[in-house]
Amino acid sequence: MRELTYNEAAVEAVAEEMRRDPKIFYMSTDPIGPLLREFGEQRVRATPIAEAALTGMAIGAAGSGFRPIVDWRQVTFCFVAMDQIVNQASKIHYMFGGQVSFPVLYRAAVGGGTQLAAQHSQSPYSMFMNLAGLKMFLPSTPYDIKGMLKTAIRDNNPVISFEANRLMARKGPVPEEEYTIPLGKADVKREGSDVTVVALAWLVHEALAAAEELAQEGISVEVVDPRTLVPLDHETIRNSVQKTGRLVIADEAGPTAGFSAEVAAVVTEDAASFMRLKTPVKRVCAVQVPIPYSPVLEDHVFPDRKRISAGIREVLQGREPADAA
Amino acid sequence: MQTRSPNLPPDTQREMLRRMLTIRRFEERASADYLAGKIYGVVHCYIGEEAVAVGVCGALERGDRIISTHRGHGHCIAKGADLGRMMAELYGRQTGYCKGKGGSMHIADFGIGMLGANGIVAGGIAIVTGAGLAAQMEGKGSVAVSFFGDGASNAGPFHECLNIAATWKLPMLYVCENNLYAAQTAAAATHALSDIAARAAGYGIPGVVVDGNDVFAVYQAANRAVDRARSGDGPTLIECKTYRWRAHTERRGQPDPRDQQELEVWKGRDPIARLERQLREQGDLDDSGLQTIERDVVTALDAAVAFAEASPFPTPERATDDVFSA
Repeated sequence: MRELTYNEAAVEAVAEEMRRDPKIFYMSTDPIGPLLREFGEQRVRATPIAEAALTGMAIGAAGSGFRPIVDWRQVTFCFVAMDQIVNQASKIHYMFGGQVSFPVLYRAAVGGGTQLAAQHSQSPYSMFMNLAGLKMFLPSTPYDIKGMLKTAIRDNNPVISFEANRLMARKGPVPEEEYTIPLGKADVKREGSDVTVVALAWLVHEALAAAEELAQEGISVEVVDPRTLVPLDHETIRNSVQKTGRLVIADEAGPTAGFSAEVAAVVTEDAASFMRLKTPVKRVCAVQVPIPYSPVLEDHVFPDRKRISAGIREVLQGREPADAA
Repeated sequence: MQTRSPNLPPDTQREMLRRMLTIRRFEERASADYLAGKIYGVVHCYIGEEAVAVGVCGALERGDRIISTHRGHGHCIAKGADLGRMMAELYGRQTGYCKGKGGSMHIADFGIGMLGANGIVAGGIAIVTGAGLAAQMEGKGSVAVSFFGDGASNAGPFHECLNIAATWKLPMLYVCENNLYAAQTAAAATHALSDIAARAAGYGIPGVVVDGNDVFAVYQAANRAVDRARSGDGPTLIECKTYRWRAHTERRGQPDPRDQQELEVWKGRDPIARLERQLREQGDLDDSGLQTIERDVVTALDAAVAFAEASPFPTPERATDDVFSA
């Protein structure tokens, strides 16, 4: 099968959908070259740096029959649009009694590892998960991002595509043929029987690397990639934990009120899953600080395969946490 | 001085009067029912500003889209919303425009191009600018209108959107209802210019100041702006100088720091009385004609209230409906 980068797969998804549906148009402060060349400046709009306006305009255009895509580029740039996201996009369908649909796709790159310091290394998806009325996903492979973007563009709700900075140049197999991936369906990236690791984005790959190493010691790790954050696939996560009896959650965001806390709750408030847990749940997250610049500091703050391995060993032994980070 | 009537048929002029009266009577009733505990949350009255909504919407077609504010009943009625479904929404009933999920601050009727009242000051400006972009892309000559207050003109989205609309020549009307107060704070304390319309120059678009209590002045300004927008020349900022007669909200004990003499002066400029007087002077309205309009308005309103009162509340489990669209 041919290979594409994560970024190429995303652009291909958008291009295919724009060919299919003339109601789709794209707004970004910095348009993507191939899209601009193919679809022209009416459908691929270069905008002022005015994310609050763009975010709201997409809602109005969607309520008027179009299917806009707004590319915030880095997630950090959407914070000036929080009124439009929180007060408008997430609530407008509900508070108007479901009169019309608002199909908008918002794209936002997240995560660190690129020495861009605190404002450009953020993983704030749990802030958005806390809102009712927005769907969102964070894929880990070129295959997944293409299939999920195509589904999201066809969805009749505001959807946020969180896309991992660290994975943009990463290659993976992507078939030439048309396919889509449903939102709300987790993917078991590696089957195993001793411990479940629920990981997102770049940490899926780190968890797979950790699993490969630990397999040599006879430890069997299952890696579950939820892919979609809202709606979260509770069933696949719970089924995996019920099989393995142990849970490690790996997230590039900090732990406080985060995605990792949500997954822990999904498992522990379910009696069938809770009863099968042999040891406490372990979270392997970023240290709860603004992300620092210097590589020495940044590497210390982010989880990686070593810390995932340590987390796995910890739940296997049922020991008290040795590492506060 | 009331502007001379434009070349509108007398029936249309009387219809403007009827709509303005409908807004006023609707809100008098909403206020009374709110104080009686039949309407919940909060109600913001538009009384005194009726000429703005009716004058602007008089220049629009059904396919044109508008967006409103927290003070939204007037825009709904002026665009042709159903009084029964509006009142049922205020009453929190299943038959309301939002099935009881929105209340006074979120009435919308997308079927008539009314994209919603909005509880956030300046919150609707970007949304309706997107509707203007949609209108431009549709290419059918439709326009979109943003109603907002003087308070919103100090917020970022106003400036971002005027810049984009001007640059892209969007078919937009930005209608500032300058009622001289942002909630309790005087406009003069929040911006240095006396005319908000002057800000249009900064974006390279026309800015017009009109007497917002003169329905024909508003209508004529809106008509010129609509013509400009439909012919592809871009947006216009229209500032309507007006005044609200009631406090910021209908809540009991609401502080109202405004000078009572100022209020009395503005009551002397009552947009409804002015239109009525002019129609009489033109020979287009007499006592019996006015009585007929008053009676029609009250009859329609009684029917709306009866519909609301007879409508069921939503069942509690409806709370989880419509979070997402299918």
